[in-house]
Amino acid sequence: MSTARHSAGRSIAAHAILITYTVIALFPVFVIVINSFKARKAIFRSPLELPNSETFSLVGYETALKQGDFLLYFQNSLIVTVVSLTLVLLFGAMAAFALSEYRFRGNSLMGLYLALGIMIPIRLGTVAILQLMVATGLVNTLTALILVYTAQGLPLAIFILSEFMRNISDDLKNAGRIDGLSEYRIFARLVLPLVRPAMATVAVFTMIPIWNDLWFPLILAPAEQTKTITLGSQVFIGQFVTNWNAVLAALSLAILPVLVLYLIFSRQLIRGITAGAVK
Amino acid sequence: MGTLSLRNVRKSFGNVDVIKGVDLDVEDGEFIIFVGPSGCGKSTLLRMIAGLEDTSSGTIEIDGAVVNAKPPNERGIAMVFQTYALYPHLTVRGNMSLGLKQAGRPKSVIEERVAVAARMLSLEEYLERRPAELSGGQRQRVAIGRAVVRQPKLFLFDEPLSNLDAALRVNTRLEIAALHRQLGSTMVYVTHDQVEAMTLADRIVVLNAGVIEQVGSPMELYNDPANKFVAGFIGSPQMNFVDAGLVGIKDAETAGLRPEHITLASSGGRLGGEISHIEHLGGETNIYVNCADAGLVGVRMFGEHAFEVGSRHELVIDDSRIFRFDAEGKRIRLSK
Ligand SMILES: Nc1ncnc2c1ncn2[C@@H]1O[C@H](COP(=O)(O)OP(=O)(O)OP(=O)(O)O)[C@@H](O)[C@H]1O
Ligand SMILES: [Mg+2]
Repeated sequence: MSTARHSAGRSIAAHAILITYTVIALFPVFVIVINSFKARKAIFRSPLELPNSETFSLVGYETALKQGDFLLYFQNSLIVTVVSLTLVLLFGAMAAFALSEYRFRGNSLMGLYLALGIMIPIRLGTVAILQLMVATGLVNTLTALILVYTAQGLPLAIFILSEFMRNISDDLKNAGRIDGLSEYRIFARLVLPLVRPAMATVAVFTMIPIWNDLWFPLILAPAEQTKTITLGSQVFIGQFVTNWNAVLAALSLAILPVLVLYLIFSRQLIRGITAGAVK
Repeated sequence: MGTLSLRNVRKSFGNVDVIKGVDLDVEDGEFIIFVGPSGCGKSTLLRMIAGLEDTSSGTIEIDGAVVNAKPPNERGIAMVFQTYALYPHLTVRGNMSLGLKQAGRPKSVIEERVAVAARMLSLEEYLERRPAELSGGQRQRVAIGRAVVRQPKLFLFDEPLSNLDAALRVNTRLEIAALHRQLGSTMVYVTHDQVEAMTLADRIVVLNAGVIEQVGSPMELYNDPANKFVAGFIGSPQMNFVDAGLVGIKDAETAGLRPEHITLASSGGRLGGEISHIEHLGGETNIYVNCADAGLVGVRMFGEHAFEVGSRHELVIDDSRIFRFDAEGKRIRLSK
């Protein structure tokens, strides 16, 4: 009896803490979204009020979509994020497999070297990267961003995935070898499905910084046709006047794609967790 | 078909020598068991035969052909692992047929062989299930079935029963024995369980620290061990080793006494001491006697016996069955 009450109390406390955290975390997003639907005056007069018939206005969205090439920015962001993410997951998983599966000279040194990037922020190398991009003529291309983000995402991906892959039974891979599967098939058919939860984790942690980044788009690809959405939204923030309606609308729109991607991966995450629990 | 020869086979990981020169000839249809203490290289040797681990030097021949450079799937072998190692995303049928599919066998052949193997191992009901929906014993039968459908020249087993509980282990052991009789294929089997080794093997290979100590039939190893290591390894409870002088032998260093060749008496024994522990197993009784100079000596008596812990007894030893070993642990055989 007492344990039942005890656990009820504990679960109420846990829920209270989690709900408080959720409210705090979501509040700024909520404020941005509601204000993006209000007229300029209403944003400043009562920023926390929900839009009503008087204050409701789509002017922000109209400006955002008309001004600049908003859809193009959107597309750029999506291309950069999706391609970088794919490359990070593909190369990260392959490198992790090689590190965890094969014995070769310098294996652990290589692992250490590849993981070093977790501790050293890639932005420290911005000047060198810029020089490199200028030399190769990649400035103001999406390729430049994709290359940089792939490099930025790989260390963590390799680190996490190789730890997970080390835990996969050798016998399973050996059974595949005896049945005549190629190393690629063993990687793709036996190992990848078993590290899916880890892949989803890596995907989420890789994707969000890429989508939100302002630094590299500003330095490597500030041209009109390669602007990403975060950079594109900056046009509404001026030195003297800031078009708040448009900024808020642009930011609200920018949340959507990353939310969709997150939902896709988080389903994988949860499936991975429950699969482990039921076994 | 189905012979195996190892010629001076060696394996080192870095500068650690794990297999230090192994020579072995296995005849077609033989059931060979590798036994030895943990870490002696049994699994490594088996994996080298399978082609999962390359050979540092020496040659491995299967069926008369050197296979050192061949990948596992071209060696004509099949392997059963301790952890079952079933493909989690495939059904039982898929698990069993993958190897043949990879080898490009026609569908009808695959169907036929899977059906035969499933019948042999009573897996017919489970063909459409996934490994996660099977019990441990069923999973190991599927793993054996996966090996059977390949119709290999050589079956390799790496401790296939050690993840099963005691009762299931006995059943599966009988099934493997039946399988060997039925298929007549060559089998190489790794275990550290003596009972498995003694009951299944045609010949046992005793390994220690990467070298073969002795090869022989179970009874040869029991009755005629080549050295102290083999004598101590085969037989349970373990053979007792005492100073040869204590049992009246002058031309040897150590005397080996099997527990079953000693009886307790009130007088007339060469050794004597207090009983320190008794194990009643019903069919037999193991008694441990603390003898002053000789240390703890195990005695195995058949049937039930009532002795008091702490009581003094003399040990009567069957002189004709004492094993003699020299200072290096090598057996001194008496010329008959
Ligand atoms: N990949 C490896 N790298 C380095 N050493 C290894 C490797 N694999 C095995 N060894 C070493 O080789 C020795 C033999 O290992 P092996 O797995 O063959 O032992 P085993 O006889 O099968 O033991 P067990 O009965 O515990 O399974 C061990 O000392 C082990 O540490
Ligand atoms: Mg082993």
